[in-house]
Amino acid sequence: MAENEQKKGFNKNSNVYIIIYTIVIVAIVALLLSITSGVLKERQDKNIELDKKKQILSSMPAINLVGADASALYDQTIQQYCLLNEDGTLGETIDFNYELKEGDLPIYVANIEGETKYIIPLNGAGLWGAIWGYIALNEDKNTVYGVYFSHAGETPGLGAKIADKKFQTQFEGKHVMNEGIFASIAVMKKGQTAEGQDQVDAISGGTITSKGVETMLKDCLSQYSNFFNQGVAPAEEPVEEAVVEEEETINEEETL
Amino acid sequence: MKLSDNIKNTLLGPLSKNNPVAVQVLGICSALAVTVELKPAIVMGLSVTIIVALANVVISLLRNTIPSNIRIIVQLVVVAALVTIVSEALKAFAYDISVQLSVYIGLIITNCILMGRLEAFAMGNKPGASLLDGIGNGVGYAIILVIVAFFRELFGAGTLFGFRVIPKWCYEHGYVNNGLMVMPAMAMILVACVIWAHRSIDKDLQEK
Repeated sequence: MAENEQKKGFNKNSNVYIIIYTIVIVAIVALLLSITSGVLKERQDKNIELDKKKQILSSMPAINLVGADASALYDQTIQQYCLLNEDGTLGETIDFNYELKEGDLPIYVANIEGETKYIIPLNGAGLWGAIWGYIALNEDKNTVYGVYFSHAGETPGLGAKIADKKFQTQFEGKHVMNEGIFASIAVMKKGQTAEGQDQVDAISGGTITSKGVETMLKDCLSQYSNFFNQGVAPAEEPVEEAVVEEEETINEEETL
Repeated sequence: MKLSDNIKNTLLGPLSKNNPVAVQVLGICSALAVTVELKPAIVMGLSVTIIVALANVVISLLRNTIPSNIRIIVQLVVVAALVTIVSEALKAFAYDISVQLSVYIGLIITNCILMGRLEAFAMGNKPGASLLDGIGNGVGYAIILVIVAFFRELFGAGTLFGFRVIPKWCYEHGYVNNGLMVMPAMAMILVACVIWAHRSIDKDLQEK
């Protein structure tokens, strides 16, 4: 006992003991962590894939995910996942886990009760981190069928409300086109009106996140304008003008 | 008899007399961050309880081998490893909850209560007692979080667990949610109110 104590006291203060101790602890922890990660990786990937499918399905109000097998429901509902060609027509079909390259325009084609819906993934930035979502359009490639938004870490009770149904249902029935040109959907404070485009109410107290949603919609959807143009009469020339005009009005608002 | 008294003190002391938030004033930073709504507050309280208890046991087992010069680093490594494992396990087995918690799980590493308990208790006590101490302190922390979150969600958003509690007609008659409640400053004021109430009930805690 006495010898043991002395040994401990001696060893514990020496540099050699400290260095060896550190190395051993770090090695054990590293081993534990890599084992955990290795063992759980497959399950996690499956969960992430399932979660993505759930999110895609959540953009369609007619689908009830409660208690449903999301994976089977996805296979049933989503007919096709493909990239868009430059002229806005549906291009090659891709795998669910296909890694998107810059400039790729992915789109999901769903079939609900015989009606075709198009789902477009969205990515943007909120106040604290990333926000993302899916927007489902009707067959006319103009009317919003439903949306789904989520976020990495917006303020609970404020910006995080973009993930609430109450905010999302506002989008149903809105149009992304205005008089044949792409206009996106504005997220406006109560009482304000956006000209030349459909609008929804912003979240009070969550101004920057709300603006983030608006920017995300505009940035992501504008890349698909060729696709939207197919739904209505083609109007290639006015598209550019319209975009410029819109930017101007926004700048004006800012200076005001 | 004496032993069971000890156990009782270790487990129940942190709930009131020795509460980590209200008496020792530790872990205030996370009390500000996660108490806007009840749900994250409860999950945070639970996660902290589990991790404090486990970390206490691990450190208590290692306590005779840890060189005192680097004990804080060793404690930190243990806590960080546990937090990572718990967060990985949640991702694999309870994905929905892990999405909901997002940043909060990582925040546990920075919680002063953990380091405080490891340093003050686990370094000098047996694993069994350390386990109880960890559970006691975790629950003590969770109680304060829940109290603060209750008032912040009720008056800040008019809801509890996301369900509307303050009826619509109140708003129609001019009632307005208190915007200050959702600001971090209000959490500080509420914690202070809790401490005030706690001390006026428990006279032993008052400084002379």
